[in-house]
Parts: sequence; structure tokens; C-alpha cells
Amino acid sequence: MKKAFPILGLLTAVLLSYALYEALVVAPQEQTMGDVQRIFYYHVPSAWTAFLLFAINFLASVLYLVRRNPQTDRIANWVVMALAVLTCTGGYVFRSALPKDVYPSSVATTGIAIAGLYFLIRKYFSEQGTDILALTTAEVGVVFCTVVLVTGPLWARPVWGIWWTWDLRLTSTLVLWLIYVSYLVLRRFSSSGETPVLAAALAVFGALDVPLVYFSIWFFRTQHPQPVIGGGGSIDPRMLHVLLINWLAFLCFAFLVCWSRYRLERIQRDVEETQALEALLEPGGQVR
Amino acid sequence: MSAPTGITRATLTKDLRLEWRSKDALNSMLFFALLVVVVFSFSFDPNAEESRVIAGGLVWVAFLFAAVVALNQTWARELRNQVLDAYRVSPAPANALFLAKAIGNFLFVVVLEAVMTPLFIVFYKLHALGPAWQLFPVAVLGTWAIVVNGTFFAAMSLRTRSREIMLPLLLFPITIPALLSMVEATTTILVGDPSTSAKFWIVLLATYDVVFTTGSLALFETVLHAE
Amino acid sequence: MTDANTVRAHADPIITVANLVKQFGRFAALRGVNASFEAARFYAILGDNGAGKTTMLRVLAGLVRPTRGEVSILGHRHPRKACREFGYMAHPSLLYDEMSGMENLRYFGQLYGIADDARCSSSITAVGLDPSLERPVGQYSQGMRQRMSLARALLHDPKILLLDEPFSNVDIHSAREMVKLLAGMRDGGKTILVVTHQASLLDGAADEFVWMQTGQIIHRTRDRAFMETA
Repeated sequence: MKKAFPILGLLTAVLLSYALYEALVVAPQEQTMGDVQRIFYYHVPSAWTAFLLFAINFLASVLYLVRRNPQTDRIANWVVMALAVLTCTGGYVFRSALPKDVYPSSVATTGIAIAGLYFLIRKYFSEQGTDILALTTAEVGVVFCTVVLVTGPLWARPVWGIWWTWDLRLTSTLVLWLIYVSYLVLRRFSSSGETPVLAAALAVFGALDVPLVYFSIWFFRTQHPQPVIGGGGSIDPRMLHVLLINWLAFLCFAFLVCWSRYRLERIQRDVEETQALEALLEPGGQVR
Repeated sequence: MSAPTGITRATLTKDLRLEWRSKDALNSMLFFALLVVVVFSFSFDPNAEESRVIAGGLVWVAFLFAAVVALNQTWARELRNQVLDAYRVSPAPANALFLAKAIGNFLFVVVLEAVMTPLFIVFYKLHALGPAWQLFPVAVLGTWAIVVNGTFFAAMSLRTRSREIMLPLLLFPITIPALLSMVEATTTILVGDPSTSAKFWIVLLATYDVVFTTGSLALFETVLHAE
Repeated sequence: MTDANTVRAHADPIITVANLVKQFGRFAALRGVNASFEAARFYAILGDNGAGKTTMLRVLAGLVRPTRGEVSILGHRHPRKACREFGYMAHPSLLYDEMSGMENLRYFGQLYGIADDARCSSSITAVGLDPSLERPVGQYSQGMRQRMSLARALLHDPKILLLDEPFSNVDIHSAREMVKLLAGMRDGGKTILVVTHQASLLDGAADEFVWMQTGQIIHRTRDRAFMETA
């Protein structure tokens, strides 16, 4: 494990530099916005990374809550498998009901990916490990989310002359950011015994909120039309290529940071536990 | 086996009786509600036309702040003398307690709203140009949205540091879609624009209420027993 | 009183804890406690502050989840499942200050499915208080409040009583009354665990004294006299 880290670190550094080069030099210049548009290669992958991290946080939180009790654990396994099957088949059965640019195959892939992630986390992380994973992904996710919220206005200002518009994606990201910052505050301020449970409950609430946030802002915008940051519509395949390279680089970077944070937290907790139990020599068992 | 509804009813009656006995909390909350309306009126002094456009937002922000003050003392009596421990060791289901507290808070906040609304109407010369009856489901669903999450997060904040600030800190982000719905629905009804309808917002509010009431009932037991 | 113990047959333990560990951050309140407690006995749990007495009692009551280890109460692995069989009392009264004793018991009775006023009255009378007293519990003396709290713990006629510092700040008369009452209950078949600093109160009433220190049980004896190690 320890050997892999520097190698991965080097690879990530190389990948990031290459991605930057691609974004600044190789990618074609956008017609209307010019070079300012290149911030897109920073803005969008950060958003995707943040969403992925928050999705992992949600799964880890659910796992933590569910594994406190062997019964709920078993039920949850069946529910996740059923959901995976449902999304696979349902995507095809209800093909006509899907929105225009959503394909049954993507629905199926998402369903399988989520179920797969759930079982992977369940297999490789212990009860405490799931809690640390939730903490790690929340922290790193908030960082990437902040990048999205900063690059969005930075892009909007030269292009539209305004810092902020109630853009659907940007506003949804803002609310997600608020929810997860409150999550981190809760983790810091709650008493140590109950922190994992409360944080997990909040993460579940946050996840329940996300679709509602999306729909409410979507409808708000149909009532009060506003500029769209990030441009809708199809994307030039060369730009897509650069976008994906940047996303890959960001994912590697996020993975490295999460890994370090995870190990750091794990070591801290192990030290705490050892200190607590071995302070037999101290009268009263307290360690300063 | 004690029926959960029996426990909810017993808890609710007890809370209402205790609230009635010591009317201090109720009286000070009512006065606070009045103050909020007056302060808002000083800050925003529009004519009737403009006020219809912004009143939706103002009213609900005012309700939200009054609700937070009310929600913060939801569990105050249970915290004294560690009464919650007595509840936790009993066989009573946790969500019976939750429901009783949520309903109690709902009634409390509705009373506050009933005091604040006529004052707002007077100060802002409000008059609904759209279907005024729709304001009723908006008010009920919107208040429940704030209260159900507020009661849950109040329970979460019980053993945290800075308990009083923790509640709004957790509540506000999660209630954003509900707030947006309430404000937009109220504005649509007041302004009476024939091209739009508050129906979507009301449906969204109802969905929000169902989702979070279910979520709270499902998770409250876990939160109550989280040491 | 202690002679009766030799005559009584060795009963099966109804409460057992195995390798119980509880960690609060950097502080380990319990460090591997192993014990079993038998039915119809009166146990006094003693020790200094921070010895883990309260934590152990709260684990038994299901109020605290152990970091590691197992608990078994009347055959149930989770104390919550046995919650009808035990009554819990602590130094705070676990009562509403603004209601009278009877109103308090009526409410807490509801939580156990007891809708019977007569049971509430008899519980209050059993601890030596007047059920018709309208005064809110907040205005009681500490002795009266602890007795009312005991009435609340007894209301559903539990087999086990878990009492955490019930005699703290209680006047000596009330305390002695409570001890007599508890001894009577033990004779009637209840199992009683009392955490206290005032071991002398329980002389002649308790069947066994359990000494805890730094999160472990260090000694158990029939006899209160115990030379503490440095």
C-alpha cells in the first residue's frame, strides 16, 4: 500500500499537467466566448467529482446506519439488489417516459454502478471504516464543490457581465454545498459518541433533498427565465475528449487526497483507542 | 402493547397542558412575532403594487424566523432532569414522541402565523388577486415542512455544542426547496398572474412533506438513541 | 441477613456482561468488564468517580452502546428488548418539574401501556408519598423527588431495578426509608443494582458489594469492609 502512493502521486501529477495542457492549448477555441470558455474544463469535472464523492458519502452513510443492526443489513442488501434490477429493466420498459437525452443504457449503468459501489464499500470497509469514508468524501467533496462555485461566477462575469444567475446547475450545487458544509459543522460540534449516527442521518436527509432542490429550481427558472451558465446543447467531440481527460485527472487527484485523509483519520482513531485503553497506569484512567 | 397513537396523544396533551400552564413561552413568542412584523414593515415600506410582489418572500422569512425560535425550545422540558432517558428506557416507540412534538410545534407555529398574518395584511395593504383559497394549503403544507424538519433537527442538536445555532444551521439548507415553493406559491397567488399557477408549487410542497415526514419517522428512533 | 444467602440456592444469572469496553474519545470508561448478577439479589456498586459505575449501569439500561463486548439481560442480547423488565433511576429525577407526582406517573405509565390510576397511586404510596399531592415535582425536596422518581421506576413492576446514585443529596431519613423499601423488594424477588458512594447506607440490606476502579470490577464481597488498594 505505502509503495503505491508515491507512484500514483507521480502519475496523477503527470496526468494533471497533461490535462492542463490539453485544456489550455489543444482544445479548440469556443466560437462565442473565446478563451474564457476554457474554465469549463475546470468547472465541469470539479462538479462531476464533487457529485461522485457526495454519492459515495450517501452510500457510506446508509451503510453505516443499516449495519448497526443485522436485520436491517440483510433487508438493505435485498433492497439495493432489487433497485439495481429495477433500473436495468425499467430503463428499457419505460423508454418512452424518459426525458429526451436520457438513454435506457445510462439509467441501467447508473443503477448497476450505485449497487456495485454499495456492495464494494460494504465488503471492504468495516463499520468504523464506513464512517471515516463518509467523513473523507464529505470533506473532499466540499472542496471540489467550492471550486465549482468559484469558477462558475468567474466564467459568468466576463461572458454575461453578472457574477451570479440562478442557473439550475450552479444553484443546485450551491444548495448541495450548503447542506454538506452544515454536515461538516454537525460533525465537528456533536459529541463524539453520536457523531457518526447523526451525520449519517443528515446525509440521508440531504440525499432526499437533492431531487426536490433540482425540481424546485428548474420550475423557478421556467417562471423567471435566466441565463444558462455552461451552455446547454451538444458538445464538440474534441472538447468532450479534453473534458474527459480532465475529469480522469481530477478523479485521480481526488482519490489520492481521500486516501491520505482516510489513512490520517484511521491512524488518529487507532491512537486514541490505544491511549484510552492503555492508560491503566494513570489514576482515574484519564489521559491528558 | 401500548398503542403508538395513544402515546402520541398523551404526549401532545401533556405538552399542550404544560404550555398552557406556564404561558410565558407562548406570550413571549407572540410578542416576538409581533415585533418581527413591525421591524420588517419599517425595513420595507412599499406601496400596494410592489408589496404584492415581495410579500410572499417577506411573510415566509418572517414565519421561518419565528418558527426557529419556537423550535429551539421543543425539547427544553425534556432536557431538564434528563427526562429523555425515561423515554428511551421505556418500550414506547420513538416516533410516537416525534409525532407528538412535531404536531405540537405545528400548532404553536400556526398560532404565531395567525397573529402575524393580519398584521402583514394591514401593514402591506395585501390583497390577493389570484385564488386566495390556495393560500390555505400553501400555509398548511409549508408550515408542516418547516416544523417536521425543525423538530427532527432540534432533536439532533440536543447534545451538540452551540445547540441554538445548530438548529437553523441544519434546517435552512434542507428547507430551501420548500421555502422556494412557499414563497413562489404565495407570490403567484397574491399577484394573480393568469399565465402561471401555484399548483406545481403546492404539489412540490406536498411531495416534500411526504418525503421528509417519512424520513423523520424512519430515522428518529436512531437519532434518539444515538447516545 | 447475609446468612440467608448461604441457604438460598445458587440461581442462574439474569444479567451478564462479557468483555465490556466503552470508550469516550480518549477516555475509556469501561475496560473489559466481566460480571454476572443473579436474580432476587441486592447489589451495591461502589467505587471512585470515573470508575465506570454509571457507565456500566447505563449500558445495562440500554442508554449507552458499548464499544465492544456483550450484554445479556434476561436472555436478551439488547437491553432495549428487555425494557419492560427493568426500571431505571438516576440522580436527575427524570420527571417533569411542572407536573404533580400523579400527573407525571400517569404520563410515564402511558409509555408502558398502563392507563390505570390505581396503579400509579399505589406506586406513589409504596414509596411513602401522597398521591393526592397537587404540588409540582419541581417544588419537592430532594428526598421526595428521588422517592417519586423511584415510584416512576417501579410503576410497571419491573423484575430488575437499575438505580444510579439514588440517595445523593437525600436526607438521611428518606434514604433509610428507600433502602428498607428496596430490601423489601429484593425479598419479594426483584433484582436490584444500586450505584452509590454511600456504602454505609446499604449495610445489612445489600447482598453483595461490587467494587469498581478505572473501568473494571476489582472486587466483589458479601461484606462491606474492603481494604482499597493504593
